[in-house]
Amino acid sequence: MSNLPDQIEDLQPKRRFSSSDKVYRILLTGCAALILIIVITMLIVIGQGSWLSIREFGLSFLFGQVWDPVKGEFGALPFIYGTVVSSVIAVLIATPLSIGVAVFLVEQAPRSLARPIGFLVELLAAIPSVVYGLWAIFVLAPFLRVYVQPPLQATLGWLPFFKGTPTGIGMFTGGLIMAIMITPIITAVVRDILEAVPVTQREAALALGATKWETTKIVLANASSGIAGAVILGLGRAVGETMAVTMIIGNRPHISASLFDPGYTIASVIANEFTEATGDLYLSALVEMGLILFIVTFIVTALAKLLIMSVGRKTQNVA
Amino acid sequence: MSKISVSNLDFYYGKAQALHGISLELPANQVIAFIGPSGCGKSTFLRTLNRMNDTIPNTRVEGEVLIDGKDINEANTDVVALRRKVGMVFQKSNPFPKSIFDNVAYGIQINGIHKDKADLTARVEKALTDAALWNEVKDRLNTSAFGLSGGQQQRLCIARALAVQPEVILMDEPASALDPMATQKIEELVVELKRQYTIIIVTHNMQQAARVSDKTAFFMLGKLVEYNPTDKMFTNPNEKLTEDYITGRFG
Repeated sequence: MSNLPDQIEDLQPKRRFSSSDKVYRILLTGCAALILIIVITMLIVIGQGSWLSIREFGLSFLFGQVWDPVKGEFGALPFIYGTVVSSVIAVLIATPLSIGVAVFLVEQAPRSLARPIGFLVELLAAIPSVVYGLWAIFVLAPFLRVYVQPPLQATLGWLPFFKGTPTGIGMFTGGLIMAIMITPIITAVVRDILEAVPVTQREAALALGATKWETTKIVLANASSGIAGAVILGLGRAVGETMAVTMIIGNRPHISASLFDPGYTIASVIANEFTEATGDLYLSALVEMGLILFIVTFIVTALAKLLIMSVGRKTQNVA
Repeated sequence: MSKISVSNLDFYYGKAQALHGISLELPANQVIAFIGPSGCGKSTFLRTLNRMNDTIPNTRVEGEVLIDGKDINEANTDVVALRRKVGMVFQKSNPFPKSIFDNVAYGIQINGIHKDKADLTARVEKALTDAALWNEVKDRLNTSAFGLSGGQQQRLCIARALAVQPEVILMDEPASALDPMATQKIEELVVELKRQYTIIIVTHNMQQAARVSDKTAFFMLGKLVEYNPTDKMFTNPNEKLTEDYITGRFG
């Protein structure tokens, strides 16, 4: 307590808010505010840009099935359909795969193996989208056309999803390439969530005579809402994914039950047609597509974050 | 014959030796307390008795742990069966994110102990009754276990351990996170349970050891310093070190 006078001096306002601290604080607040300003400005600009289209078509924009720039008819439904279906395919494939990889990394693999494999998974996330697209065109699509789609059609061809001509290009391949692209993000998040499950939960199960698999089920039960969040985060990525999908999905605004048929997504049509959008209404319709995508991904991502956060709270209760 | 017989047990975390030549006999249907300063190896030793240390990488065990005359560290030991026989209650209560009923039913179900649904319900009720929790939770068995107080959660964990019908129960400072009232309930429970089970309890609380246990083992720096009936340990210990620790001269 000998340095009490110093401590008192520390508490004085002039020391707490020295001028450098003030600059520091303003700088940080500015950075944070900038993000907010960017998002709001974006929303305003997109809203303004799509105003013409919103006024012209109203809600029928969402349900229109014809996309004919020449005649000035713009309906978003085929694109919404294509986005939803390809994203759902991606999530359906990526989810079990990612959970499997994450469980392996956290529960099974020795540390010497978990590190390099975890690193490789993260590396997958760093590959540019366009490279995935090229790989899909030259490797994945021919492979699927010859080795996967024909047997699928032979066995499950009576289902409407697998009718039509297997060309390798289309909704199925688009969904698959997205699945590969979102697997790293889902795996990484699920891995972090599994690691956050307290060791005491595993030990409690083991102490009751649980096998490795039964213990893993307890861990997964602890992580369930976080895993749901990770999956939705992946879904958000898939919905907004543009380049690779544009290269492989076929780009035809057409609603077909068959997954082998070509489709089109919102992100793809914006990328493909923005530069050639003549006419104000055409441009405005494309911007409105962007608005739809913006709102959908915003909601999906917010939902994912909420779910992931809830795991942190739950595990704190346990501890 | 002793329930558990340990001889010359060494334990290593990597290269660091945590237990040095521990030998002791743990008789059935008694409460044995392990005391000693933090880091003395008492928890590590407790965890060698149901091979819970297997979950920690780079650990190694040498020496012999016989339970009912069988060496549990032999290669052909069924670890799952061992842990069913030697239950464990942890320092922090760790109920599963399930209902109260499902927490207790879990061990019964995974081990396939019950005959049918009615038998399962009966076993859950018995375990909760034995853990002195039944009256407090019988009207809300299907609510989340996290809704219980800390003391109730710990008794739920004891009920969960009892439900699989173990023969030995290891308790790692089961009351260290609880208030005096909840602690008293756990202590009464421990004394009650020794009629059916062999109970080994690690504690930092000397009075607790004196209150609940029949025999006490005092550990220091990974060695067993003294192991004697609790009365003797607390009134007339053989070792000067034990006396110094118990009277609070260090630790």
